[in-house]
Amino acid sequence: MENSLRAERGAVSLASHSGWRDQSILLRFMSIALFAGAWEIAGRIPVSFAFPTFSDTMVAFVKLVADGSLPTAYLSTLQPLLLGVVLSAFLGVGLGTLCGLWRAGEWLLIPVFIVLQAAPVAAFIPMVTFIYGIGMTAKTLAVMILALPVIVLNTYKAVRNVNESLLVMCRSFLGTRWQTVAKIILPDASPVIFAGLRLGVAAGFVGVVLAELLITPTGIGDLITFHRSRADYAEMYATIGSIIALSTLTLIVLQWIEIRLFRPEKRGA
Amino acid sequence: MRATVLRNGPSPVSASADSIVEVRGVSKYYGSVEALRSIDLDFPRGKLTSLLGPSGCGKTTLLKIIAGLITADAGTIAIDGKYVSTPGPERAFVFQDFALMPWATVLRNVAFGLELRGMDKTKRENIARHYIDEVGLAGFGDKYPHELSGGMRQRVGLARALSVDADVLLLDEPFSAVDEQNRRKFQEDLIRLRTNQNKTFIFVTHSIEEAVYISDRIVLLSPRPGRVSQVIEPQIDRSVDPERIHRDKHYLDTVEEIWQGLKQYVE
Ligand SMILES: Nc1ncnc2c1ncn2[C@@H]1O[C@H](COP(=O)(O)OP(=O)(O)OP(=O)(O)O)[C@@H](O)[C@H]1O
Ligand SMILES: [Mg+2]
Repeated sequence: MENSLRAERGAVSLASHSGWRDQSILLRFMSIALFAGAWEIAGRIPVSFAFPTFSDTMVAFVKLVADGSLPTAYLSTLQPLLLGVVLSAFLGVGLGTLCGLWRAGEWLLIPVFIVLQAAPVAAFIPMVTFIYGIGMTAKTLAVMILALPVIVLNTYKAVRNVNESLLVMCRSFLGTRWQTVAKIILPDASPVIFAGLRLGVAAGFVGVVLAELLITPTGIGDLITFHRSRADYAEMYATIGSIIALSTLTLIVLQWIEIRLFRPEKRGA
Repeated sequence: MRATVLRNGPSPVSASADSIVEVRGVSKYYGSVEALRSIDLDFPRGKLTSLLGPSGCGKTTLLKIIAGLITADAGTIAIDGKYVSTPGPERAFVFQDFALMPWATVLRNVAFGLELRGMDKTKRENIARHYIDEVGLAGFGDKYPHELSGGMRQRVGLARALSVDADVLLLDEPFSAVDEQNRRKFQEDLIRLRTNQNKTFIFVTHSIEEAVYISDRIVLLSPRPGRVSQVIEPQIDRSVDPERIHRDKHYLDTVEEIWQGLKQYVE
C-alpha cells in the first residue's frame, strides 16, 4: 500500500505545476492590448465622426476624474446601485433558498419571478419613477427589478438540484435540517447561486444606468447624456467605458469571494 | 475445514449468542415492485458479514433499511436489542459513490460526522487525522477529493465512518468504483481493520471471490423479491499470506460452492 500511495502522490504533485498560471495572466494582458489597439486604429480611420480614438478617450477619462465630474457622478450612481445589489443579493438568495426547500413558497413565488424574468422589465422603470419619484428609492428599485429575478431563480434551481447523495450522507451522519442547509445545500449550490449573482449584478448596472438615462437625470446616466448633447464624444465614451470597467471589476471581485469563501477546491484552477 | 452451511431456505435463523444487529420480517416495496420479502437475519458482533446476490436483488435496499435511510414496509431492525428506524450514532455508512464534499479537504470530510455532532475543531481534527493514517492516507489531509484517485476517495469515506466510532459499519459495494490493484490492497486493509477495530462490518458486494476472501459470514440473497437463500461461514484462516489464501483449496471450494448456488439465478 505504501508504495502505490507514494506513486499516486507523485502524480498529484505533477498535475499542479505552476507555469500555466503566469502564461494565462500574460494572455489576458495581450487580449486587452489587442482590443485597445483595434480601437485606436478604428478611431483613426475614422469609423465615424462620433467615434473617438482609444488615446483620446483615455485623455478624456483623466480629465473627467481630475475636474471631479466623474467622481461626483459615481457618488450619486453608486449609492442606489450598491444598496440595490446588496438588497437583491440577500433577498434573492434568501427567497430562492426558501422556494427551493419549501413547496408552498415554490408555488407562490417562482411563477412571479419567471414572469418577471421573461418580461422586458426595463419597461417598468418609468412606472417606478412615477410612483416613487426621481430619488434614491426609484433608482434602488430599478436596480432590484432587474437584479432580483435572475438571483432568485438561479438560487432556487441550485437548491432544488442539490446533490442527492450528499443529502443522504448528511442524514446518515445525523445532520439536522439546519446543518443540512448550511453545510451541504448552500455550499453545493454556491456555484450556480454565484452565477446568478454575477448575472444579477450585471443586470443591476443596467438598471441604474437605465434609470438615470430614462428618468432621473443624475449620476453616470446624466453625464453620458450631457456629453452626448455637447458632442464631447471622447468624454462620453470615457464615461461609458468607466462603468463597463467597474461592472467587470465587480464581477471579478464576486468570483474571488466565491472561491475564497465557498469553493476553496477551485482555487488556482 | 468445510464451510458451514447454516441453513437453506427462508426459515428464521436461530438467534445466536451475541448478535448486534437483528433483522426481523423486513419487507419492502417500491410502488408495485417487491424488493425484499420477509428478511430475517442476525449479524454477529465483531464479525464481517457480506450480503451477496445478483444485481437488483435488494442488497442496497436492505443495507439502507438497516442504516435507517429507507423505511421498511414491514418488520423491524434492532441494534443491541433496541428498535431503530432512523440513522443513529451506533451505525456508520460507507457509500458506493463515496459521497464526499468536493469543497472540503480530506481532513474536513473525515471529521464531518464529528462536526455535525458539534465536537470542537481541534478535537475532531485530531481524531480524523488518526483515522486518515489508519486507512493509509497519511499526508493527504489537505488535499481535496478531486485530487485523489477512486481508491483513495473510498478510503476517505471509510475513515469518515471510522471516525464517528460507530459499532456497526455498513459498506455498500465500497470497491466497485476502485481499480483491481487498489481493490486487493483495500480488501487486505479491511481484514486488518476488522481485526484491530473490533467493529461489526456489514458489507454489500456482488463479487463471490471478494465475499469469500474477506467475510466471516456470507448471506446469499435470491433475486427479486430478495429473500435469504443461504448463509455460509467460510472458515478461512486469514493470518496467512493473502497470496496463499487466494490459492487455498478451501477458499476455491467455497467460491465454487457459492457459484453453484447462485448459478440457477443467472440462467
Ligand atoms: N428508489 C427506487 N424506486 C423504485 N425501485 C427501486 C428503487 N430503488 C431500488 N429499486 C428496485 O428495487 C430492487 C432492489 O434494488 P437494490 O438497489 O436494493 O438492489 P441491489 O441488490 O443493491 O442491486 P445492485 O447489485 O445492482 O446494486 C431493484 O429491482 C431496483 O430496481
Ligand atoms: Mg446496490
